[in-house]
Amino acid sequence: MQTNQLLLIFCSALLLLGLLAFFAGRSKATRLRSAGTAMFAQPDQYAWFTVLSTAGPAVVVSALGAFVLLLMGADIPTLYLLAASLVIAAIGLLVSLNQVKPDFHARQAIERVIRMTLAGAALISILTTFGILISIISEALRFFQMHSFWEFITGTTWNPGASFLASAGRGDGSGAEFGSVPLFAGTFMITAIAMLVAVPIGLLSAIYMSEFAPRKVRTVAKPVLEVLAGIPTVVYGFFAAITVAPIIVNIAGFLGLDASYNNALAPGIVMGIMIIPFISSLSDDVINSVPDSMRQGSLALGMTKGETIRDVVVPAAMPGIISASLLGMSRAMGETMIVVMAAGMRPNLTANPLEDMTTVTVRIVAALTGDQEFESAETLSAFALGLVLFVITLALNLVSVLMIRRFREKYRVNNL
Amino acid sequence: MSHSFDEISQQLKRRHRKSTRLKWITMGSLGLAGLFLVLFFADMLNKGLPAFQQAYIQTEISYTQEAETDGRQAFDEELLPLISRTVVRVIPMELRNNPDMIGTSEEQWVLANSEVDQYLKGHRHRLSEEEQEALDARVESGQVDLRFNTTFFGSGDSKIAENAGILSAVVGTIMTMIVTLAISFPIGVMTAIYLEEFAPDNRLTQIIEININNLAAIPSILFGLLGLAIFINFFGVPRSSPLVGGMTLALMTLPVIIISTRTALRSVPESIRHAGFGVGCSRWQVVRDHVLPLAMPGIMTGSIIGLAQAMGETAPLIIVGMVAFIPDVGVSFTNAATVMPAQIFTWAGEPEQAFVEKTAGGILVLLTILISLNAFAVVMRKKFERRW
Repeated sequence: MQTNQLLLIFCSALLLLGLLAFFAGRSKATRLRSAGTAMFAQPDQYAWFTVLSTAGPAVVVSALGAFVLLLMGADIPTLYLLAASLVIAAIGLLVSLNQVKPDFHARQAIERVIRMTLAGAALISILTTFGILISIISEALRFFQMHSFWEFITGTTWNPGASFLASAGRGDGSGAEFGSVPLFAGTFMITAIAMLVAVPIGLLSAIYMSEFAPRKVRTVAKPVLEVLAGIPTVVYGFFAAITVAPIIVNIAGFLGLDASYNNALAPGIVMGIMIIPFISSLSDDVINSVPDSMRQGSLALGMTKGETIRDVVVPAAMPGIISASLLGMSRAMGETMIVVMAAGMRPNLTANPLEDMTTVTVRIVAALTGDQEFESAETLSAFALGLVLFVITLALNLVSVLMIRRFREKYRVNNL
Repeated sequence: MSHSFDEISQQLKRRHRKSTRLKWITMGSLGLAGLFLVLFFADMLNKGLPAFQQAYIQTEISYTQEAETDGRQAFDEELLPLISRTVVRVIPMELRNNPDMIGTSEEQWVLANSEVDQYLKGHRHRLSEEEQEALDARVESGQVDLRFNTTFFGSGDSKIAENAGILSAVVGTIMTMIVTLAISFPIGVMTAIYLEEFAPDNRLTQIIEININNLAAIPSILFGLLGLAIFINFFGVPRSSPLVGGMTLALMTLPVIIISTRTALRSVPESIRHAGFGVGCSRWQVVRDHVLPLAMPGIMTGSIIGLAQAMGETAPLIIVGMVAFIPDVGVSFTNAATVMPAQIFTWAGEPEQAFVEKTAGGILVLLTILISLNAFAVVMRKKFERRW
């Protein structure tokens, strides 16, 4: 029989058992109550308790069985597994019906099950982090068995060359070099350009919105800026490649400079635009939560409004502003689509933003979208790059969180 | 050193001027950000709107005997370089299915090829001088026309520009989003309820909280690596399928839903809970019957925003292989599919000029959907928002 049909039969049998449990549990509880005994819970709660103890163990057993089946390749026939689960469901039904007694706390039993289910759901987020870590680290370790870690960190040539042939049994894979310095140089260059665009514009906009703008402008401007963050990155990538890059090439040509169509400037600028709302929004919140007494004190000393902002408000909000910038930076470093579409593919160690450069994320995508074997060094190198990216962004996020916490504690702000 | 009053008032003026200057500079930078936005949308509209129109040519199709083997025989020779290959290709099949059509002829509007289309729209094209003249003559006599592009909305991807449409990507997006929401909404809401209403304030809870905030800031491409290594290689979920794409995106959307749900739960006043406990409700009963219904609008808003975010995400989907070429519209969770952003990415990589327009057209469709989703969320929040 097909697995699908088996599953269907299993599910409908379980459903039937559940219904049976519900009505049997309820009728027993109702009968007991109408006989005049005082009970700890309502009949419906007893009914739900029997349903839970019928279906719960059965579902858990079948899920565990499926897991073992997948993981260890153990040879349990699906039919037996599902049949066993149904037997367990039946036993659960009988046992729980037996439990329907006046002195049994059905409601608390349900409560315990629900609490456990909710806690299980909360653990999934932890499992996700572990999943990311394990998947990246285990593949990266395999990569570092093939190529030395030191060479990966300090090498200045990225040339996967024919490493995919080696894994296919042809060639020996020699000549492939995995020095990630040019990739990180490209990433840092584009990130730096993005930050040069985003930090001044984002910060100054935040100052305007929180200190100068009338309430009406503020309520309109903030969501409009948020639109910038909501535009999909693939759209920004197209914009950078089709519209911005040719403009930059034209301007550079006008100035007598030679620019590549895949220059680092176009994705950098567009990425900067994308990050503006990240910086402006958080900076705005931080500046708003600088206590008013500081402004009043400064004005009372005869400072002008501009001087108050420059010498009192902004320095006070500095930890928050730095935190916002770090968050924006981590976003820029992990950004993929803009650079995949607008930056180059050639690893290029240069300081000239008009040349084409490639980034870590571009290389990850390039390594994983080709037709190579999964075992090849090039494919595995994507995970090594991902690992470094993970560590860097994690560090940036942690520092950012610590900064904002310090700000919060200093001014006793709770809503950040 | 002493200053005269004049000097001091001069200085004061200067300081106030500086203050005003700061105001204008900050205002200017906000304006600059707004200007970017306006330029961006103008550019996209300018590039993408033409994609909603398509050139058609009126011609006589003569279903001759020869046309049954060679579709080109059915058309005027002069027109052949102008009409779409897809039109020519289906003629023999059509004749084989309806043999009594042979010998007849018919006046019809047929799809022009992308070069004609681009020429009519004034873009870069590769038509020769004679072809242009022939075309101009037909434009004069009204036999060539730009019409609403039903192909773009009604068919799947194609390597032939005039035949490429976005429908298969839209369907793929819907399937993927169903998976994403089915996984992330229940788990996200349950996690938030646990953390906000049930969890004891201990180490484990704190770790979970820090972890969720971190997950929200991890680059999306790393979720793609997780999907590839764990879902595809380890569990054997079919590559390129909406199932694996949806699962990957679900993990990404989870923190967004958890954080917004927690905010919504926190905004329900304590007095509601106290009242519930006061009449003897258990914790779960209070949450289910009183807190959750009040927090629902906020939860829905957050989920819609998370969904919109997932809908525009491309990088992790490329890693799990959802950039497949999908010419047919297929409603399935396990077959290869593509999504709108991935379709845009594929089209952006096509060298033909006609695909630039397709890409921008696809972008307009995607942006319209995203903006209406977000607007819907905002309206919902406004409508159901309650101040306590």
